[in-house]
Amino acid sequence: MDSSKPYIRVENLKKYFSTKRGMLHAVDDVSFEIKRGETLGLVGESGCGKSTLGRCLIRLLDSTSGNVLLQNKDGEGCTDVTKVSAREMKELRKRVQIVFQDPYSCLNPRLSVWELIAEPLIVNSVYRDKAAMRRRIRELMDTVGLAERLENSYPHELDGGRRQRIGIARSLALNPEFIVLDEPVSALDVCIQAQILNLLNSLQKEFNYTYVFISHNLSVVRHVSDRIAVMYLGQIVELSEYKELFTNPLHPYTQALLSAIPLAKLDVQRERIILEGDVPSPIEPPDACRFAGRCRYAQEVCRHGTPPLTEQSPGHFTACHFAGKLEG
Amino acid sequence: MTNDLMLDIRDLTIHYETDSGVVHAVEGLNLQLGRGESLGFVGETGAGKTTTALGVMRLIPNPPGKIKSGEILFEGEDLLRKSEAEMRKIRGAKIAMIFQDPMTSLNPVMTVDKQIAEMIKLHRSVSEHEALKQAGDMLELVGIRRERMHDYPHQFSGGMKQRVVIAIALACDPALLIADEPTTALDVTIQAQVLELMKKLKERFSASMILITHDLGIVADICDKVAIMYAGRVVEYADKRSLYTNPLHPYTIGLFKSVPDIDEDVDELPVIPGLMPDPMDLPAGCAFHPRCSMAEERCAKERPQMCELEPGHFVACPVRVGGRGPSPSGMLGKA
Repeated sequence: MDSSKPYIRVENLKKYFSTKRGMLHAVDDVSFEIKRGETLGLVGESGCGKSTLGRCLIRLLDSTSGNVLLQNKDGEGCTDVTKVSAREMKELRKRVQIVFQDPYSCLNPRLSVWELIAEPLIVNSVYRDKAAMRRRIRELMDTVGLAERLENSYPHELDGGRRQRIGIARSLALNPEFIVLDEPVSALDVCIQAQILNLLNSLQKEFNYTYVFISHNLSVVRHVSDRIAVMYLGQIVELSEYKELFTNPLHPYTQALLSAIPLAKLDVQRERIILEGDVPSPIEPPDACRFAGRCRYAQEVCRHGTPPLTEQSPGHFTACHFAGKLEG
Repeated sequence: MTNDLMLDIRDLTIHYETDSGVVHAVEGLNLQLGRGESLGFVGETGAGKTTTALGVMRLIPNPPGKIKSGEILFEGEDLLRKSEAEMRKIRGAKIAMIFQDPMTSLNPVMTVDKQIAEMIKLHRSVSEHEALKQAGDMLELVGIRRERMHDYPHQFSGGMKQRVVIAIALACDPALLIADEPTTALDVTIQAQVLELMKKLKERFSASMILITHDLGIVADICDKVAIMYAGRVVEYADKRSLYTNPLHPYTIGLFKSVPDIDEDVDELPVIPGLMPDPMDLPAGCAFHPRCSMAEERCAKERPQMCELEPGHFVACPVRVGGRGPSPSGMLGKA
């Protein structure tokens, strides 16, 4: 497999929802690439379109326009996930998977742990041989750290961390290559969160998974990601290697977002940028920089036309007319 | 000394007596809060933080909840001996509470000014007109324009709703404010706005505050003292500086280390092995000993007592107290 070619290339992806008050631009013209085995962090506040984008990537939602090009299994050419037929998509589902945020609502409460993990294997008729399936389920439970004695338990008997392990085991069952992790640790306490993050990390090392890690928690995203994309109102406003993003944020929104993280440390000297107001409505947004209304540097030019995502330094993209020219 | 105490909780035990067994939500909890102080109350889900707060408000749902023993001295008087009528005069007026979810703590069919005025009228003898005027003042104080006072809760965003809730809580100038995860439901930039507001108002109203949270970052931002809670008990209590620079209890140390750092790369996060114990079946002795890397034989037998290891720094761990144990840095990788 050619490692220089991107594993996933997203081109001008848009997802609009039609509402009573007009078109809601959930994802608005987003383009980026992900390499094989890489983790791309996707951060932003509620309603910025990060979950919608994650769902469009694996076609749990049909996108309005744009392409999601996924490298074929043999490494030759690619498949446009947004255009394939339903039957092809069923095949493709084995390669692309998702882990959902809420381990309380994404598991059928009437299925036992065993049945929950068996479900994807049965749906895709992977095993004819019952003993082989049994071995595979045991192996999966072992991989995600679920004790064998739990196989007949039901989700309500388990804590959030264990439920999330079931969700992960289900997504791994078909040996995927690409997994969208949609806020996988947000519902968990910090100690359990650390356990799940370590698990995801070791799985990636072992199986070379490609992750898109969606979260609103910046310190978690920093911990897991190779590169991070910051979203605001349906658009990527900044995309960079993770360390660079934290040490040298260029977009005023990223700067405010980073300064707002409460740090569990004393004597940290930093200026907290408090943003005025709330995120504006994503319904029929004007053709302008989406952040202009809350930006302390906004100029007249920001109110006409959307600033494109441009490369400021190698690998560091930002969508701001004044990137690199701002103090602070 | 005792005169300075706003709140003195002594040996508080709260159980939920359910059909499947007794949930030991709070077990012999001791806690002091001085006048004008703000205390961060930290612990994981199920540690008993909210139950303690509801106990102070005497709002434990009964059945199944029961305050089994203890004293809650508020300004020197035991709240547990008050009648329900007396408690109604205290709630809202002297002790106010902010709940986690602003979406569900407001009345959806009442305009926000009326909801604030309701509180004012209940505790002060003022006219409707005066109460509504004060409600408008409160809204302006929390950063909501007066024009919006006749709006309904659904017309506000999450952060704005939480501001309304804060306005209601502060409307009668309470001596003690209990905030239960006030920003957990909010986005990080909105959380920053609300925390900034709470810091400002804390100074202006000079109220004591108990801030319940699981986020050590928020505590570092706005609290003076910190109490770490585990399985129904306070395991460590100190002023913020002492606790953040020199955490003593093995659980506190583990908690600090399991949060990913914003400036540092670690390959693997240090974790506390295992899970919180089932509150229906707490381990004997120290509730943390099955997960503790420093546990000794005695930890399984004796219930640890709070000891003042350094002035003002209390910890409930006999291993750390006796002989002071190995340094915390030796326990979970580098400090």
